This record gives sequence, C-alpha cells and structure tokens, in this order.
Amino acid sequence: MNGIHDLGGMHGFGPIRPEPNEPVFHHDWERRVFGVMMAAFGGGQYNVDQFRHAIERMGAPDYLASSYYEHWLHAMERLFQERGTISRAELDNKWAELSKGTA
Amino acid sequence: MADHSHTGPPSDPELRIKALESLLVEKGLIDPAAVDEIIETYEHRIGPRNGAKVVARAWTDPAYKARLMQDATAAIAELGFSGAQGEDMVVVENTPEVHNVVVCTLCSCYPWPTLGLPPVWYKSAPYRARLVSDPRGVLAEFGLAIPDQTEVRVWDSNAELRYLVLPMRPAGTEGWSEERLAACVTRDAMIGTAIASPPP
Repeated sequence: MNGIHDLGGMHGFGPIRPEPNEPVFHHDWERRVFGVMMAAFGGGQYNVDQFRHAIERMGAPDYLASSYYEHWLHAMERLFQERGTISRAELDNKWAELSKGTA
Repeated sequence: MADHSHTGPPSDPELRIKALESLLVEKGLIDPAAVDEIIETYEHRIGPRNGAKVVARAWTDPAYKARLMQDATAAIAELGFSGAQGEDMVVVENTPEVHNVVVCTLCSCYPWPTLGLPPVWYKSAPYRARLVSDPRGVLAEFGLAIPDQTEVRVWDSNAELRYLVLPMRPAGTEGWSEERLAACVTRDAMIGTAIASPPP
C-alpha cells in the first residue's frame, strides 16, 4: 500500500536529532502503550501485519504530527474497535470517567 | 460522554492508554502483571550490550563468525539472544571496502533481542526518508566520514528480516578479552551510524 508511512527518499524532514543517553521510554504512558501492545499481541489479539496495517491506514497529517507510541495507541484503538473487542461507547465512557478523575 | 462521540479521541495519550488498558483488563484479555513484566524486560534486560557480545565473539572466534555470517539467527541464539523481532536475522560485515548501515523506511523494524528497542531518531521521518537517498550525508551528520573509495550499502529492514552490522575490529585491540572488546561496540556501531572504537 502506498501511503505516508513509505518515507524512503522523501525530502523536507530536516535534520536528524540523536538524543545523547536517550532513555528507553520518555514518558510513563509510553511504557504502558508498549507493554499493553505486546501483552495483547502475545495473547493473540492481532498479528504484526494487522498491527502495522492499522498504523499505515492513519491519515497523513495525523501520522506526521504524532509520535511513534501515539501511532501504536491509534492502531490498538482502531483494531480493537474493528474487531468488536471494545466498542466506541465503551471507550467514550472510560475516557469520560477517567477525565473526571472518578476512576 | 457524548461530547467525544463525533470528535476524535482525547488528545492526552496518558488518559487514552489508561482507558484502553483498563478495558482490556476488565475483559480479561490482558494481565497487568504481564504488562509490567514486558516493560521491565525491554527497559532493563534487553539492549545493545547483547549485540556487543555477539560482535566481540565474532571478532575473537573465526568459527563463530563463520556460523554468524551463514545463519545469524542460530548463531545469535547460541549466546542466548532470541525472540520477538529477532526471528530472522542477517549480519552484514563492514570491511575497508564496504560500510553497511541499516534503516527501516516503512516504520521501525529493528533487531530487538540484540539491540533492544530503537532510539527515537531511528523511528523518525528525517532518518527514514533521507538515509536511502543520501547515506553519506546522513553518516556525516553522525560525524562519520566514509572514504570515497569505500562503498556504502544501505539495508532496509522489514517485518520479516532484521539486520545487524558487524563493525570492523578497532586497531590496537589484539589480545583483548571478549569483555573488553564488547565495550568498544556501541548501539550505533551495530546500526552502522558509527564505527567501533575503544571506550575513552
């Protein structure tokens, strides 16, 4: 599939910025995204091709504006909804519950 | 709750992953202890020190190096390193004639069992876009000047195949132990954006 993920050879992204002594994760939420993705993968919820395809189906502006672990988060939310594992209503409710701090 | 229905998800990724993890746990689809264990493993137990041991062994044991070049996955597993994202490994050897460097233009494919999780720059657009069109320019940005007469080979990793660069052994390290040699081998030397050299 042709898409924004196919970055090889594109111009205009600017300099590469290596970070000295970079930590494995920069935020605790990145740790949880990684762990949840791998646990669900290990539990057979999706395979690696389905997961990558879900990232590759992101819209180009979203793909470029979001970070690596945000791509993973997007892919999981999408796959679980598409497979009927989690409904949008369940996500809406949980987001509302957590943002009120009542969880 | 209806305020979310026709817009995207909340912008806060912390809230989103909490919601997702909590729903998956409620449904019995993941075990939070397993999530913790996975994080612990990849944050603290798997990393480029593994790959450095493979390189040091290859530098000191010609029979091991031959096996590594023939069937990298099996030779790496001999040292106890195997698993996700390392199922099909290929080792590419740097020589005075050829310098190898690895990228994943499509995403972030990387040999986890030998290098751990990739750094942000490896997964970011500038490196993925530019290494394939201007490898010498990119290597210069990393402070690595490859002589004109040395060929630069760029390897584009994918979900089925992961590359590890076998750097050249630094001069002046004759007779060094494997442990001392391994300390010369950085993550970037095994990606190909640096060369191996004795630690300062």
